[in-house]
Amino acid sequence: MAILLSQIVFIEEQAAGIGKSAKIVVHLHPAPPNKEPGPFQSSKNSYIKLSFKEHGQIEFYRRLSEEMTQRRWENMPVSQSLQTNRGPQPGRIRAVGIVGIERKLEEKRKETDKNISEAFEDLSKLMIKAKEMVELSKSIANKIKDKQGDITEDETIRFKSYLLSMGIANPVTRETYGSGTQYHMQLAKQLAGILQVPLEERGGIMSLTEVYCLVNRARGMELLSPEDLVNACKMLEALKLPLRLRVFDSGVMVIELQSHKEEEMVASALETVSEKGSLTSEEFAKLVGMSVLLAKERLLLAEKMGHLCRDDSVEGLRFYPNLFMTQS
Amino acid sequence: MHRRGGGAGAIAKKKLAEAKYKERGTVLAEDQLAQMSKQLDMFKTNLEEFASKHKQEIRKNPEFRVQFQDMCATIGVDPLASGKGFWSEMLGVGDFYYELGVQIIEVCLALKHRNGGLITLEELHQQVLKGRGKFAQDVSQDDLIRAIKKLKALGTGFGIIPVGGTYLIQSVPAELNMDHTVVLQLAEKNGYVTVSEIKASLKWETERARQVLEHLLKEGLAWLDLQAPGEAHYWLPALFTDLYSQEITAEEAREALP
Repeated sequence: MAILLSQIVFIEEQAAGIGKSAKIVVHLHPAPPNKEPGPFQSSKNSYIKLSFKEHGQIEFYRRLSEEMTQRRWENMPVSQSLQTNRGPQPGRIRAVGIVGIERKLEEKRKETDKNISEAFEDLSKLMIKAKEMVELSKSIANKIKDKQGDITEDETIRFKSYLLSMGIANPVTRETYGSGTQYHMQLAKQLAGILQVPLEERGGIMSLTEVYCLVNRARGMELLSPEDLVNACKMLEALKLPLRLRVFDSGVMVIELQSHKEEEMVASALETVSEKGSLTSEEFAKLVGMSVLLAKERLLLAEKMGHLCRDDSVEGLRFYPNLFMTQS
Repeated sequence: MHRRGGGAGAIAKKKLAEAKYKERGTVLAEDQLAQMSKQLDMFKTNLEEFASKHKQEIRKNPEFRVQFQDMCATIGVDPLASGKGFWSEMLGVGDFYYELGVQIIEVCLALKHRNGGLITLEELHQQVLKGRGKFAQDVSQDDLIRAIKKLKALGTGFGIIPVGGTYLIQSVPAELNMDHTVVLQLAEKNGYVTVSEIKASLKWETERARQVLEHLLKEGLAWLDLQAPGEAHYWLPALFTDLYSQEITAEEAREALP
């Protein structure tokens, strides 16, 4: 059973989680009319998923990505039909790019044998134990799913903190405070303290990227993972802290002071744009002293609210006051 | 922590829940939770032992890190999910990758005005190494990829685009669909691409090629060269190697995060 590489439009990875293996999603062109008979004549989906129960997904993804780039099938005569009984391929693919580097490292690895192999053995043994933990947590997660409502909040909190320690993805959908744990709640409170002044200095709003860098630079050690930060920030509002997390339509995530009213800032943005006739995000950012990222979000919001119009050309995205609104 | 429904109400509720368990006679998650707690303690000890023997190996050896990460991925564990996780605390892997994340963000921000927010993995690697200085731990391209994958959680628009055996790293939330990606891959060979090339290689209509190129221009990822011989060339600064022999200027560094 095989599919021609030329059928592939796009591939993407899906990480493993509890109860599900790592996957690679392969998006396909519509089947050609002369396709070989296969397990199904047709499907309503335009993609297939390859499931990797054990391992191999990283290497497979890299090699497939490479094949997708090289597109060697385009140099082959079109009439060559798919052979289902291929013998072993003569010769190997010349190792290019990262795959080649990995292979060289593999060889080097074999050379500097001793230390590595002991460490590797110990690592393998450790991983076996870690796998047991994963299995146990899967089993518990299933029980929780089955017994919705019968598990206490305490138990849920405990379970979540065990998952956090092991680095196992959290499948528990029953949300008390999002997917966060005690740790994230404490973190949220700390963040409220740390970020108050920086936020005030920056007009009440900062992107999550800025926060990540600021907080970790300040800590120096015991840094926060991006997920730690996001999970803590998700709890800010529920914990009634003076900051909140906001996600713009574009997916950009920011932290705002509760007292910050972005919609009011839009009014002043409109004034600024009107004064100048028109502005791009970069120009506006410079005038107002904001990052380009947040400047763009503010202008987009102003547009969404109907105050600005866009002129989208190859020279860039420029915003004008919306005269349709004001002069009707 | 302020508990919801604190006081007598919560106690009564808990008693009711416990009564329910007994009633159903089910071996609740409670037993398994207790078991997990014990196993967790044992695991922690094993990890501490491993760390005492091999922590240096992980620190110094990028290939070993790859092995470690791959094995974790295989069994369904993410050692970088939280700084509070055992892996991070005991092996120090967390701090290594999270700090790398900060450095990546800073480099991308400093160079954004040059390349529109698109940079090759090689260039990113070079600049990060420069920033880290001579005495810092070695960082491999694999390390960068893993750090970037984690950064995606911040909603920053970080993306990893495979091109010709390496990767382009996107650090701005520009929308790049499959068409854009495929054209980027095509451009990787020469650093630029033309409408004819797109039509010949990808078998697209002129209009489709034009739209993709216009989008790349708009997003600042491509530059238009009307003086090129033949037809217009669309260059991708991200792919210029000459540009990258230049250092990040002090001003660029200042423009990056405080």
